[in-house]
Amino acid sequence: MAARVLVGVKRVIDYAVKIRVKPDNTGVVTDGVKHSMNPFCEIAVEEAVRLKEKKLVKEVVAVSCGPQQVQETIRTALAMGADRGIHVEVSGKDYDSLGPLQVSKILAALAKKEEASLIILGKQAIDDDCNQTGQMTAALLDWPQGTFASEVAVEGDKLKVIREVDGGLETIKINLPAVVTADLRLNTPRYATLPNIMKAKKKKITNVKPGDLGVDLTSRLEVLRVDEPPQRQAGVKVETVEDLVGKLKEAGRI
Amino acid sequence: DTIISAEAPEMNYTLNFWPYRSQVTHFPCLPSELTDQQKEFKEVARKFAQEEIIPVAPEYDRSGEYPFPLIRRAWELGLMNSHIPEDYGGLGLSSFDSCLITEELAYGCTGVQTAIEANSLGQMPVIIAGNEAQKKKYLGRMTEEPLMCAYCVTEPGAGSDVAGVRTRAVKKGDEYIINGQKMWITNGGKANWYFLLARTDPDPKCPASRAFTGFVIEADTPGVQPGKKEMNMGQRCSDTRGVTFEDVRIPKENVLLGEGAGFKIAMGAFDKTRPPVAAGATGLAQRALDEATKYALERKTFGRLIADHQAISFMLAEMAMKVELARLAYQRSAWEVDDGRRNTYYASIAKAYAGDIANQVATDAVQIFGGNGFNSEYPVEKLMRDAKIYQIYEGTAQIQRLIISREHLAKYKR
Repeated sequence: MAARVLVGVKRVIDYAVKIRVKPDNTGVVTDGVKHSMNPFCEIAVEEAVRLKEKKLVKEVVAVSCGPQQVQETIRTALAMGADRGIHVEVSGKDYDSLGPLQVSKILAALAKKEEASLIILGKQAIDDDCNQTGQMTAALLDWPQGTFASEVAVEGDKLKVIREVDGGLETIKINLPAVVTADLRLNTPRYATLPNIMKAKKKKITNVKPGDLGVDLTSRLEVLRVDEPPQRQAGVKVETVEDLVGKLKEAGRI
Repeated sequence: DTIISAEAPEMNYTLNFWPYRSQVTHFPCLPSELTDQQKEFKEVARKFAQEEIIPVAPEYDRSGEYPFPLIRRAWELGLMNSHIPEDYGGLGLSSFDSCLITEELAYGCTGVQTAIEANSLGQMPVIIAGNEAQKKKYLGRMTEEPLMCAYCVTEPGAGSDVAGVRTRAVKKGDEYIINGQKMWITNGGKANWYFLLARTDPDPKCPASRAFTGFVIEADTPGVQPGKKEMNMGQRCSDTRGVTFEDVRIPKENVLLGEGAGFKIAMGAFDKTRPPVAAGATGLAQRALDEATKYALERKTFGRLIADHQAISFMLAEMAMKVELARLAYQRSAWEVDDGRRNTYYASIAKAYAGDIANQVATDAVQIFGGNGFNSEYPVEKLMRDAKIYQIYEGTAQIQRLIISREHLAKYKR
């Protein structure tokens, strides 16, 4: 049975914030902008904590990669019920170019070091929408993966995962140790209650450097340019269906 | 800060220009940034207000139904009863931290927030004056289940003039017999227990400071009769009632501190509860400002956004000034009491100012919305109706001015 679960939590710009592109088009404005835990990561933490409450798992460890500020995100996970946290220190240019490849290498190394038998991640982050980290982590560890999970059940030393796919729902059974990525309908994450926030202050967060894990952070990608999506143009109103067909033909659409 | 020496008696009024300054032994220094824990607390309260209070507040306002599901949720999250010390199952939060939470909840709906805040008001006399057994019994139960309590002082004939309270408590053996009528009691019909102020010394010459006694009464005591729910202008989901006490028998163990100590206890509670009330008014004002600003950035007139017209942008500027200052005022009053100093002066200033500006800002918000603002499908008319009570309860705007002037003049007379 899975003794230790690793949950990855990413600090992203809050979903309610209006994103603005930097004037030099190298990225988006992050200074002074509200950040919070990636919503899919919240769902991942919730699932891990529920497994612990059902006594199917002994310890939940929350992991985040980034500068000092990601400790806030780890603390939120602790307030939700994670037992301890690991802060992998990445800052400056390394942080700007940090992507799924580097993070999955870090998670794989940590999973081995912490002897974790289950990794739960959000299916994707709402800032880069990569949807790669879970899959890459499983490949690096040569572990089975249950992605886009809308339900997870422990059955002995296997996991039954119901996956959300385009055609509907797919049920698979995978061996542990495994990687699971959380989709929207897996659960509704709990609030961190005030008493739990206070208790979380006593929980431990250890600092680790990527070098200590033998991970090379060099990126294979270079961001050339970031632009805002084109402004939505005003539509044209037509009187009749014939007018509509005529206009569509004019625009070469039909 | 240097002390101005030379006291030439004939120049009393000019040299004593700095009497207050010369007595200041420290310079107040509000923290420039919230601690991580304070930020996290604020975040939980904000999320709860945005996701759970705001969507349902208009319906509770229309129906006047008591928002018990919301109160239960707030209780589960630890957002209620924040003043109860840790020994009795509470979080023992500082006044400052409680105010941060209160402002966020009030932003969602002040009706809901008042129902929650009434618990703090009812509990405060027990927290400041209760003995160990009373605290364990009456505070302990509040953290074990989502119960409500109420502060029963006001009567139909006495609001601001607390010394005019006529509810009588007569000692008979080991009990007191209570007879009287209370009015405008928040949570009057939902409370599990009340803090009650009654007159124990019938002699009209007896000064207020000795004539009254504070009691804790279980709501199910025979003779306690809550009246009908009052339909008010605003904060309509909050339960406000008259409560009649007819030959109610209270054991002497339920006296707080001792006979005759009631007035001091009742007033002492306000120093701790006025900062959060000011915070609540600030939350309402912030909501009005946000709604008006969003509207001003969407609505166009005379070819441009109304926010680009100075008439509107100047209104928004003044609304912003008021909100920021009200916030600083309540934070100062909370910080003073947390630091162990008597904060009466600052608490009154905060409550008076925040109550006044909440009304001004809400009215201006309706104005900015124009015709839409007057309509119930837009959020600001509710804010204007909800704001009014902030100039009335917890000490009227006029009483606050009485307190502030008395405190202010006292400094000069020293």
